[in-house]
Amino acid sequence: MSAILPPAERLWYRHPIDRVEGTWIAIALTWCLIMFFMMVGWHIWGKQNLSTETYRTTPDKFMAKTQAMVDKYTVRTETDAKVPVVKPPPGSDVYLVARLWSFYPILELENGKSYRLHLTSMDYNHGFSLQPANINIQIVPGFEHVITATPNQTGTYSVVCNEYCGIGHHTMVGRVYVK
Amino acid sequence: MTQVQTTYRTCPRSGLQFERNAENLMKANAFVAVVWLLIGGLLAIGVVLTRWPAFRWLEADRFYQVLTAHGIDMLIFWIIFFEIAVLYFASSTLLRCRLATPKIAWLGFALMVIGSVTTNVAVYRGASSVMMTSYVPMMAEPAFYLGLILFAVGALVGCFVFFGTLVVAKRDKTYEGSVPLVTFGAITAAIIAVFTIASGAIILIPTWLMSMGVVKEVNALVYRTIWWAFGHSSQQINVAAHISVWYLVAAIAFGAKPMSERVSRTAFLLYILFLQLASAHHLLADPGLSTGWKVVNTSYFMYFAVLASMLHGLTIPGAMEVAQRQKGFTKGLFEWLRKAPWGNPTFSGVFIALIGFGFLGGISGVMMGTEQLNMIIHNTIYVPGHFHATVVIGTTLTFMALTYTLIPVLFRREMIAPKLAQWQPYLFGLSMYAFVLVMMGAGTLGVSRRHWDMAFQGSPLAYEWPGAAYLMMGMVGLTGVIAIVGGAIYIYVTVGSLLWGRKLEGGASAATFTAIPRTAPTVAAQTTGSMGFAAPGTFTLAMVFLLAFVLYYFINWKYLSTLWGLS
Repeated sequence: MSAILPPAERLWYRHPIDRVEGTWIAIALTWCLIMFFMMVGWHIWGKQNLSTETYRTTPDKFMAKTQAMVDKYTVRTETDAKVPVVKPPPGSDVYLVARLWSFYPILELENGKSYRLHLTSMDYNHGFSLQPANINIQIVPGFEHVITATPNQTGTYSVVCNEYCGIGHHTMVGRVYVK
Repeated sequence: MTQVQTTYRTCPRSGLQFERNAENLMKANAFVAVVWLLIGGLLAIGVVLTRWPAFRWLEADRFYQVLTAHGIDMLIFWIIFFEIAVLYFASSTLLRCRLATPKIAWLGFALMVIGSVTTNVAVYRGASSVMMTSYVPMMAEPAFYLGLILFAVGALVGCFVFFGTLVVAKRDKTYEGSVPLVTFGAITAAIIAVFTIASGAIILIPTWLMSMGVVKEVNALVYRTIWWAFGHSSQQINVAAHISVWYLVAAIAFGAKPMSERVSRTAFLLYILFLQLASAHHLLADPGLSTGWKVVNTSYFMYFAVLASMLHGLTIPGAMEVAQRQKGFTKGLFEWLRKAPWGNPTFSGVFIALIGFGFLGGISGVMMGTEQLNMIIHNTIYVPGHFHATVVIGTTLTFMALTYTLIPVLFRREMIAPKLAQWQPYLFGLSMYAFVLVMMGAGTLGVSRRHWDMAFQGSPLAYEWPGAAYLMMGMVGLTGVIAIVGGAIYIYVTVGSLLWGRKLEGGASAATFTAIPRTAPTVAAQTTGSMGFAAPGTFTLAMVFLLAFVLYYFINWKYLSTLWGLS
């Protein structure tokens, strides 16, 4: 009864199971169920769950909302390209545009306060990789993803695009300040 | 019934019976597979020397082009060509029957060759550096998609020839009872392959039409969802295929019999039912998909496919242990393992593959496939770290190990440089262990995958990675180069044996098949169930595995709990 020959016993499915296998099945199944309920349980007790709130959008629609926020809450500009630094009030809707090959605008948030962060892409798929916090979210064109985010540490964060988006991909970095 | 003109050869070294058409097709598929491995390996040099921060060898456009080709040639072409050979082996050779419709099988082979060449040409022309995933709306040349579609159709033809061959064997009564376990595993792989290829066709055909301007738009999220039913599932074909090969090698190297057919076959059945759901792993950080969908799918519905892998992980070394103990290696927990044929590259390769697949690929796969934990590694270099553990250490090393057996048996050549071949699995396998560990280490620090320059040169807002990330990416380069040397030795030994190896006796040829004789139920087989704790050494290893799994799993939850609040 080798693995390369037909089973010698025709009724192989009635063959008793060795204790080693039986014990391992029980242990492995238990572990699998623990992992499953851990994932469900984190939705109840955990504080890091990715929101599923999503709307269809278009580049024009999203850009208009972003620009309205920028016009209202810009506190200064940075870099040669004069990227606006926007400081929206806690609890408000915050828009972040991903496009070839930059994030727009720069955000300034308050530590411990929650914001509704809206993400979308103007063109290709992009990645929202917040460093060094290491939070990674996919940005898909045509979809506006709304995430409630609560910074828990002050500092300067970078938003690295970690979805390949063409030749300038490695220059696509944005910034978030938490004060 | 029409009589097909063919001959059957019984290999004097292995006792395996090869039907002429099947044999030629296996040789052709395995050979082309190795050619793609060679090309993919050459491309790997460009990838690792560019990601090694001290070198950053290629320019950005060339790097992305090379990375696209490396992914496709390795993940799709090398592996699926080899898998078609495995399917023909598991049907025609193990069931000792003729291959169904050899002409159609050659047509499938031709489509696969044409398709793989077409896609490669499209990538080298330069306008198709879209990565293996080719997410819309980024567009490649039409030929890029067309090549993949042709290849997929060819592979689908191969699967149906495999199914047809099973029918031939049943009708010609070449065996009695149920198919062997290895064939059963191959059936699993083929069923998964049909689902996979169908998904690929569903999404690649409209994308191809879009690249020609016939279709206006393919929804970006729909593309990602269906593409991954192809992209991830194709890796599930590998899992089913290389685990079948592990059972095969356990049988060849040890004469091991499965601990229990019931457990092993049920585990394969769980793969058919649940393994496919895992394509959700790639969509956990996406917008628009509900939490329930993510949780159910990413857990393969309560981790039943993980359960299946954990069972195979026990029963394969367990079967080896039982066989070794019956040979008298009964001292302590691990004499059976110490006295295993470590100098036989087929065994050592499979064992290194098995341990690496479980400890490195398996544990990391479950971690990153957990809905919330995914946020700390999504699209970081942790992801290629994980899949190099599964696909390179697991599948590729297993196929390499199997080749060392196939050279004398199928290709009828004496292996050149047997000493070199003995070392190859250690060099390649262990350097890959180190390679994936440092990749996952860098990924845990957040370093992106598919990224030309971690220094972000030219960006006004450049982020500075910690020194540890640079150190680990340097080690990715170094260990990657060593692994490429290990791969080159494999190519040298296999291709060299075909070119310069001494020709071996083919064995007696006959016009008809010799049916598989009915095996009498052995005493040992009947008492397996009452032997009590048959494989204590393997069980101990399994507990070590579980401990590593549990610790690593909860360490990552701890890490997650320190992040910003997200809801």
